[in-house]
Amino acid sequence: MGKTKNKSGPLARRPDNSAFKQQRLPAWSPMLTANTVLPFFYLLAVICMLLGVWLLLLVQSTQEIKLDYTDLGNCNECFDLRRNVSNAAQTCSCRVEFSIDKSLKGDVFFYYGLKNFHQNLRRYMDSRDDGQTLGRIKNLKNPSTYCAPFDKDNDGVPIAPCGAIANSMFNDSFTLNYHLSSSRSVPVPLLRTGLTWYTDKNIKFRNPRTDNLTLAEVFEGTRPPLYWQKPVYSLDPHDPNNNGFINEDLIVWMREAAFPNFKKLYGILNRADPIFEKGLPKGNYSIDISYTLPGQEGSGADHADLVRRPEPFPADCLPGNQQPDPAGGRRPHRGLVEVRKGWEEHEGMKHGGVKTED
Amino acid sequence: MTWRSPLALVRDALQGQRARERELRSLVSNLPYEGQEKGKQPNRFFLSNAIKTTKYSLLLFLPMNLYEQFHRLANLYFVGLAILNFIPVVNAFQPEVALIPICVIMFLTALKDGWEDFRRYQSDRKVNNTPCFVYSRREKQYVERRWKDVRVGDFVRVVSNEIVPADLLLLYSSDPNGVCHLETANLDGETNLKQRIVVSGLGAANLGFEPESFNSAVVCERPNSNLNHFKCFVEKPDKDKVGASIESLLLRGCTVRNTNHAVGFVVYAGHETKAMLNNNGSRYKRSKLERKLNVDVFFCLILLFAMCLIGAFGHYLWLESLPGVPSFLVPDSNGHLDVPSLESFYMFFTMIILLQILIPISLYVSIELVKVGQIFFITNDIDLYDEETDSRVQCRALNITEDLGQIEYVFSDKTGTLTENKMVFRRCSVMGTEYPHKENAIRLDVIDEPESEEEVIFNQHQQLPRSRWSLEAEGISPPDTQRHGRRRKSKVAANAHSDAAFSSPLETEVIPDQKLLQQISRAESSGGRRDGNRSFDPHLDFFLALAICNTVVVSAENAHRQRECTSPQSSQMRNPLETFSSLVKKAGAFFQRDKRNRTLSEDPVIDSAKTEDEADANRLRTCSLHAPSQNGSAIVEAEELCYEAESPDEAALVYAARAYGFILLARTPDSVTVRLPSGEDLVFEVLDTLTFDSNRKRMSVLVRHPVTKDYVLYTKGADYSIMELLGTPYAENFSGIEKNVAADTQYHLDCYAKEGLRTLCITKKVVSESTYQSWLGERKRAQAAMECREELIMQTAVQLETNLTLLGATGIEDRLQEKVPDTIVALREAGIHVWVLTGDKPETAVNIGYACRLLEEEDLVINMSCKNKVTCTAILDCTLEEVRRYRDDPRNAGTTQNISLVIDGNTLDMAKSPDLQERFVELTKHCRSVLCCRVTPLQKSAVVKLVREKLKVMTLAVGDGANDVNMIQAADVGIGISGQEGMQAVMASDFAISRFKHLKKLVLVHGHWCYTRLANMIIYFFYKNVAYVNLLFWYQFFCGFTATTMIDYWLMIFFNLFFTSTPPIMFGIFDKDVSVEVLQGVPELYRTGQGKGEYNFLTFWIAILDAFYQSLVCFFIPYLAYQDSDVDLFTFGTPLNTAALFTILLHLGIEIKSWTLVHWIIMLGSVALYFIVTLAYTATCVTCNPPSNPYWILQNQMADPMFYLIVTLCTVVALLPRYTFHVLKNSVAPSPLLQGRQLDRMDPSTRDQWIKEWRGFRGGAPAKRYELSDPPSPTLETPVDFFPEFLPDSNFMGDDLSLNVITESRQRAVHT
Repeated sequence: MGKTKNKSGPLARRPDNSAFKQQRLPAWSPMLTANTVLPFFYLLAVICMLLGVWLLLLVQSTQEIKLDYTDLGNCNECFDLRRNVSNAAQTCSCRVEFSIDKSLKGDVFFYYGLKNFHQNLRRYMDSRDDGQTLGRIKNLKNPSTYCAPFDKDNDGVPIAPCGAIANSMFNDSFTLNYHLSSSRSVPVPLLRTGLTWYTDKNIKFRNPRTDNLTLAEVFEGTRPPLYWQKPVYSLDPHDPNNNGFINEDLIVWMREAAFPNFKKLYGILNRADPIFEKGLPKGNYSIDISYTLPGQEGSGADHADLVRRPEPFPADCLPGNQQPDPAGGRRPHRGLVEVRKGWEEHEGMKHGGVKTED
Repeated sequence: MTWRSPLALVRDALQGQRARERELRSLVSNLPYEGQEKGKQPNRFFLSNAIKTTKYSLLLFLPMNLYEQFHRLANLYFVGLAILNFIPVVNAFQPEVALIPICVIMFLTALKDGWEDFRRYQSDRKVNNTPCFVYSRREKQYVERRWKDVRVGDFVRVVSNEIVPADLLLLYSSDPNGVCHLETANLDGETNLKQRIVVSGLGAANLGFEPESFNSAVVCERPNSNLNHFKCFVEKPDKDKVGASIESLLLRGCTVRNTNHAVGFVVYAGHETKAMLNNNGSRYKRSKLERKLNVDVFFCLILLFAMCLIGAFGHYLWLESLPGVPSFLVPDSNGHLDVPSLESFYMFFTMIILLQILIPISLYVSIELVKVGQIFFITNDIDLYDEETDSRVQCRALNITEDLGQIEYVFSDKTGTLTENKMVFRRCSVMGTEYPHKENAIRLDVIDEPESEEEVIFNQHQQLPRSRWSLEAEGISPPDTQRHGRRRKSKVAANAHSDAAFSSPLETEVIPDQKLLQQISRAESSGGRRDGNRSFDPHLDFFLALAICNTVVVSAENAHRQRECTSPQSSQMRNPLETFSSLVKKAGAFFQRDKRNRTLSEDPVIDSAKTEDEADANRLRTCSLHAPSQNGSAIVEAEELCYEAESPDEAALVYAARAYGFILLARTPDSVTVRLPSGEDLVFEVLDTLTFDSNRKRMSVLVRHPVTKDYVLYTKGADYSIMELLGTPYAENFSGIEKNVAADTQYHLDCYAKEGLRTLCITKKVVSESTYQSWLGERKRAQAAMECREELIMQTAVQLETNLTLLGATGIEDRLQEKVPDTIVALREAGIHVWVLTGDKPETAVNIGYACRLLEEEDLVINMSCKNKVTCTAILDCTLEEVRRYRDDPRNAGTTQNISLVIDGNTLDMAKSPDLQERFVELTKHCRSVLCCRVTPLQKSAVVKLVREKLKVMTLAVGDGANDVNMIQAADVGIGISGQEGMQAVMASDFAISRFKHLKKLVLVHGHWCYTRLANMIIYFFYKNVAYVNLLFWYQFFCGFTATTMIDYWLMIFFNLFFTSTPPIMFGIFDKDVSVEVLQGVPELYRTGQGKGEYNFLTFWIAILDAFYQSLVCFFIPYLAYQDSDVDLFTFGTPLNTAALFTILLHLGIEIKSWTLVHWIIMLGSVALYFIVTLAYTATCVTCNPPSNPYWILQNQMADPMFYLIVTLCTVVALLPRYTFHVLKNSVAPSPLLQGRQLDRMDPSTRDQWIKEWRGFRGGAPAKRYELSDPPSPTLETPVDFFPEFLPDSNFMGDDLSLNVITESRQRAVHT
């Protein structure tokens, strides 16, 4: 440092007498003893306490209504129906009714939830092709091997979007109705877009370049995932811009949940309507659930739903059906049908629900 | 090259193999075969002179290096895991990515290896292409060739200052005496010249050597690595055999000096030369810490297996509990699902891959880096730098720095290690009369003053010597002053040109004793009258013996090694008057005994003192002695002499003889020229030299007296080896008084020994012609023998050395090095048992022991010396009983007795015998210090091994000479002192220091630091990996044990490779728990590292448990926060990863004892790097790492206040227990180290006061635990540099005796 390397003459090999080389750099050596630490400790405790109080208040102002519709209302019929695989093609819709005692003010978020659905299994998670959902033509027709066995169907037609995640997409649909009186009810308008991260919608997920072609033409030569009834380009019949890989339900689903019990955003209350300008008023509500896949139902009506105060989930894992596979082995069947979903709605304040465990 | 059948080639190869394996090789000259094809060459089977030290070749680098690296088990493990990743059913990550860490590490290692090998290749090429002169028959002269072209059987001519290209049998030298001087510094570091002799009896060798006429066969032994041994004979065509030994071998790599040119016959070339056989690279030692580390790695492995088993079993249970086949269960690409048991079997391996970093992959690399850093700081320590030799401490073994911090036993050599090994003639006894040399003693005391102002001395001496020439005419012998200036200069000068060995002014100057001088001049004058008989005066004989009986080589000063010297002294002449007045002033200063002045002008003072002494002496002397007329030229001539001795004792004796006028002028193999005080030069014909060996402990020179023509044998040696060989007392021949010279001399010897002087006896023997002739015959036979030549030669030596006549004895002082007592006391306070092993007699050793405070006045000293095993056993039992009783005595309960043991070589041998060694070891365990006298090198190493193996302790051996090599190699840590006795000890050592005092800082400070740093770093490393891996493990409980990671794999790699890798390395290199001053002031702090030290079972498992706790916190706080939410996997993993980063870094922050700028930069840099790299990675990488996709995760998280809350909460909760634990421990029961740190925080003056007070306090109760509270008033330390009176104890000398407690603790004050 600073000194020339090639010293010569006497004491040529004498080490530099620099603070660094002699390990004499000025140093701060804290002593961890009660005297030095306790004041700091108290200070920290006070800060933590204030923070805790603030968080507690925040949590209390957050309202949440949770509803497990697995066999609530007449949904148990659908549930029973779904247990039998042969009825998979049949449509089934049910209605769950509930009431809100205290109006939910501000933005209201509508979630659906699943229990014991492992989106976080390693092989399940790997079973996707980000190149394809990014809109790369090459990947569209030739999905990555990570998608196997959901990359191509038995005839070798590529699947778009490929992989197990897309294949197992949740596709119940809900319509929330507000009962102004016993006879009159209005549907609660839900925004079905703006549910995803900006980057997901605009960067991570894109449709293949259309070049004046319609989406359907672009996706020609591919087929939808095996469990889907509708092709990916007609997922949302109401909003043509919400179709293809940028369909928000798909994007939300494709963001794999960290835990087996999870919820995903379904919609946000549209407060343009004067009734719902301030949020959800108190009163009676019902949710119409199409307890099946959207494509089977054909109609794209919004469904109402049920809300409930949060309470512990009942464990509701039901034995699924095992269908003998023609090939002789065990095959997974439609995940949605077999594993029952618990679902919930969560309405929060603007924060989207800051929960803390203090 | 003509075509040869493969069969012939194979046959040839086999033949070559056999020829090389043969015990004896017969070599003939290549010349008659010059130009012929290879198959006809007689010496074709032997290796050529080209060397290749590279490990790899360009083509084979990759496979060979990989092969080398796979010798490391850890590498194999990681590669195995990476390969496992390529098996689809078990892979956990993208297989290509999994290869990255191991590839990076192996690539770095390969790069390092490749670079090192390239350097070797370059140096090989340089060496191989060095030119040299080889005789060519075609050209009839020596032609220039390259080293690599030299073959066995060639004739090579080397000229002065040239390096010898191969091992040459010396056939011709330009020196008329047929000698050739060789400097072996390149080989063993010994700077003295060695004399090599032309193989005798090869005809007209002296008249220019004709290689073409050389038609003998050279028969030599198989190549071996012994540098001091070579057996060979030259068989002439007439079957006459001439023996040759190492004396005629020029070794490759040595430099020819003082010889114009020489011709040699190549006997060994290339890799078969002794130099190359000795060059077997650096040593690899495994440190104790590393051995322990491997055990813990094994524990980690068990832990890993347990976790994997849990994973596999969990996966099985989870699969079994599934209601059928849900849609999230993805089959393999064939749409096929395996049965749960098989799946879980695969999962076991997947788990291993997932959790592999539990075995820290980067730990080994990090440890190496840390050690490099530690070594950098050790070698750069200015306190361990010796100005005199311009040398730093050398770390030769790169991987045992931390062992320095765990030393429990130190084994030290005495001579040259504790002492200077600068032998100074102190006093002598001639014919039973003692001459105390008082003036000499005074002079030495003056020199003893520490040199404080090197520069000043330097300047003075630039001028002084010149000016002193003016005084020359006055008849004062000025040789020393000249030497003075030069020596001083060289002391300060660049080290490369180290001066002649053993020629500091200290050693070269001897002030003669007046009485003895008179005695000599009387003898001289009386002898002058009756010319023929004068050498019969025993006084003259005594000094003749001193001058002759040695192997000192005389070299001319001006021609000395013909090296470039630093520019000659300024020739500025000063006014003689001025000079004289300044001298007088200085002399005045001397008599005032003003210490400050003395340090500044120590040398001139000596000179002037000497001047006066000698002037006095001159006045007393008769004119026949030192007649000025004669002196004029003679002295100039003598002044230019330079003595080069293999042992410093010899040089000291020669210088002593010179002081009395017996000047050794020249030495050739056949003759010795000595100038007598009268100015007459006597040339003695040397008939034989019976060299020194450690069995005989003496050496003799057989000369023919030029005047009387008698065969005279002068023998000098250790007193006990001489005394029993004495014949009739010399005194019989002496006129008049009958004296028992032997008894008187023995008495003087004992006195000398008690003073700590090294004693030598000088004897003479006149051999009759007939005896000589018959002996000569045997001697020749012995020398030509191929079988057990050494024994035969020794036998002949013993035959001749009988019936000796005692002339006198000499006492040579070997002064303690500076700060030796201080160092030894510090080592002992540090809880280290110090053993001193010496070849000296017990009396000398005990005295030195007291001088260097190895033994203390109040110690209980046990002396064991017995002749037979029965007594030995009895003594051992008795002593043990005594020691136990002493210990159990309630009166001694509060104190620990300081027991020291003095034992001699014989007794040691008995005590080491299998049946007694248990007891012996038991005894030594109680001894604070042990002094072993009269031990051989082999015993030294045996003792070290015994203690090391029996007590399972960490041993350190320190020594400077070839006799310590065994010991140094036997100990865990070997330290060589690069001193006067060459480099053999240094070559064998792990660390090389230049002064013994450096040991204190090396062990107490650097040892402690290296150990604590590394120990803490390793513990931290384990903790870090376990903590991080467990995060992944806990997640397995939520993902059905399918080895999902919630952190992107690249980020995981980065986490270990970049974000958290440098802080621990920095921690291992820079952390400073206690400052230098405190560590040196309070050596007790060293005890923390001894035995189990800081890295032990407990600390390791505490760290692991803490890691479990912290990972639990870091996982479950985010888990609870995100439970039942819409969080996705990587969003969940990001705060986890961040919290883990902060926890892991701040954990280190708690452990770091002192924060320097480097610490701040690296810690903050790591955090910054984490965020920068992660942000950049998540921002740019949309699909670069399929199928994992962390795009924009961190950005999203960082916009969420919850992220910060979670990270803070995790970090705080995770670190709270450790933090609290530290605080509590430090507040309630502070460790000594912490108290040491508290001392550090005081300002320096207060701290010094505290340390001093505390030292005084401890001085009273040595074994008291370290306590800072209430030290008594400081007691002044006794000056350490004094020789306590040796305790009179008649029993001590007794041979067949026994246990005697020398001092029954001279009631020391016990402070409480």
